[in-house]
Amino acid sequence: MEPVKKEHELLVSVSPHIKSEESTSRIMWTVSISLLPATLMGVYFFGMKALFVLALSIISALASEYIFQKALNRKIMVGDGSAFLTGLLLGMNLPASVPFYIPIIGSFVAVVITKQLFGGLGFNVFNPALIGRAFLLISFPKLMTIWTVPVSALTQLDAKTTATPLGILKEEGVAKLMEVFGNKMSLYQHLLSGNRAGSLGETSAIALLIGGLFLLYKRYITWHIPLSFLATSAVIAWIFGAKGEFFAGDPIVHLISGGMLLGAFFMATDYVTCPSVKNGQILFGVGCGFLTMLIRLKGGFPEGVMFAILIMNCFAPIIDRSFKSKVFGAVKQDKAKETRK
Amino acid sequence: MSSNSSINLKEQFLNGIIKENTIFKLALSLCPSIAVTNNLKNGIFMGLAVLFVQVMVNLTISLLRKVIHPKVRLPIFMLVISGWVTVTQLMMAAFVPDVYAKVGLYIALIVAFASILARAEMFASKNSMLPSMADGLGMGVGFLFALTVISFFRELVGRGSLTVPTGLATQHVFTFVNTKPLLIMVLPAGGFLAVGILMAFFNWIDTRYMKKTAHASH
Repeated sequence: MEPVKKEHELLVSVSPHIKSEESTSRIMWTVSISLLPATLMGVYFFGMKALFVLALSIISALASEYIFQKALNRKIMVGDGSAFLTGLLLGMNLPASVPFYIPIIGSFVAVVITKQLFGGLGFNVFNPALIGRAFLLISFPKLMTIWTVPVSALTQLDAKTTATPLGILKEEGVAKLMEVFGNKMSLYQHLLSGNRAGSLGETSAIALLIGGLFLLYKRYITWHIPLSFLATSAVIAWIFGAKGEFFAGDPIVHLISGGMLLGAFFMATDYVTCPSVKNGQILFGVGCGFLTMLIRLKGGFPEGVMFAILIMNCFAPIIDRSFKSKVFGAVKQDKAKETRK
Repeated sequence: MSSNSSINLKEQFLNGIIKENTIFKLALSLCPSIAVTNNLKNGIFMGLAVLFVQVMVNLTISLLRKVIHPKVRLPIFMLVISGWVTVTQLMMAAFVPDVYAKVGLYIALIVAFASILARAEMFASKNSMLPSMADGLGMGVGFLFALTVISFFRELVGRGSLTVPTGLATQHVFTFVNTKPLLIMVLPAGGFLAVGILMAFFNWIDTRYMKKTAHASH
């Protein structure tokens, strides 16, 4: 007889049954694959350094998960892919120029402090990769904001440093951004392809869109969070984006720059840390978009996706509770009282 | 109160340091342990202030325990505590003005420390002078120890240096790394992380020690 697999225990439901092949590890690996286009574009534009950062953060995420579970005599779950995905997402959120210890510290914080100390996969309050990045950004503010100019064709030259498009937009305004990239079309082109300064996995908007649409097609994520996140950001960017006048901002620049797409499709939709009720997910996405644009337009940082998602992560449980679906056929408490009168 | 003689002074002293350590075991008075411990010197002086207040409050309450009417005991405890806190505040402002400039606000907050009122209510108001002082000394030394460890850890990891007081007004800064290694540790978030990590560490030591003694007794 075949030994019973863990996920097949405790299967109690009413017939008829449809057996699904889905499992945690399958989802994790599929999400990792959907990140592949963006990862490849990152490596293409930022060279071997990007590959080095990615490899280091993935390996240290797997190693910290293994060592921690071993040390606490927990079941070793490295193979379920969640640590791999955390490491990959963290690596994609780092600039390619960081020294070697940055991805290692970040992965340790992400996997051990954010996930394992709270009880492992499924019990973490915050998105592990984002906490890892927040920890690094606050601890090493200088190293984490050295952005290099993309070096195409895998050449390994000493990379020139520059500001990200959002950084230029924040510090010097739209006019300077146009000056750097030539004209509007050229700016869009650079942002879509990923040929611009930024974290190594967030630059290529097209590659991220392909990955995100693949996840939507596979129904691993639903449209609720990404769409409400992006739509809210776009509306706010359109209304308040330009200095001095309303309804003159450029929403497209805001949508395809920074970590917006990576955040909306891959970070905010993390099953563990987002609400599970659909209406609640829309509120969650709106909150993420609002906070992101608040930080981008009014805050001290040029980019706010990370903090926006982390702040909304806190609200996920209370959103879930307040959007609980009604029991079919149940009468509201106060209405029931009225009818009794 | 004839049972006083059965209280072992040494045990009562150690109780506050190990078994009922205010911060690592009871998780009380965490506000100062996070607010002032980003620098070893501030941590030590804050701990000393609490030690002084705890001992003097326990002493005063145990001497007055027979004349304090039970119905009004809590206001009187508060009065005694705030009196000693004011004494500490004035003394620190006079002798260590540079430390007082940084931790002064939290010195005033000692009035509201749960641990001090708890020891006055639960121990000093029921026991005679010597055990009460031993208890206060233990609790205070335990608190001083906790703050010293936390601020040592935070300053070393967060700034790469250690500010060691060499006298009331003098200090020596040992610098190990010139850049700031893990800036987050000297920020408030790092305070929570440090307390959490150290709490887990001392609990781990505790369980190991308990296992050993359990084995030995078999």
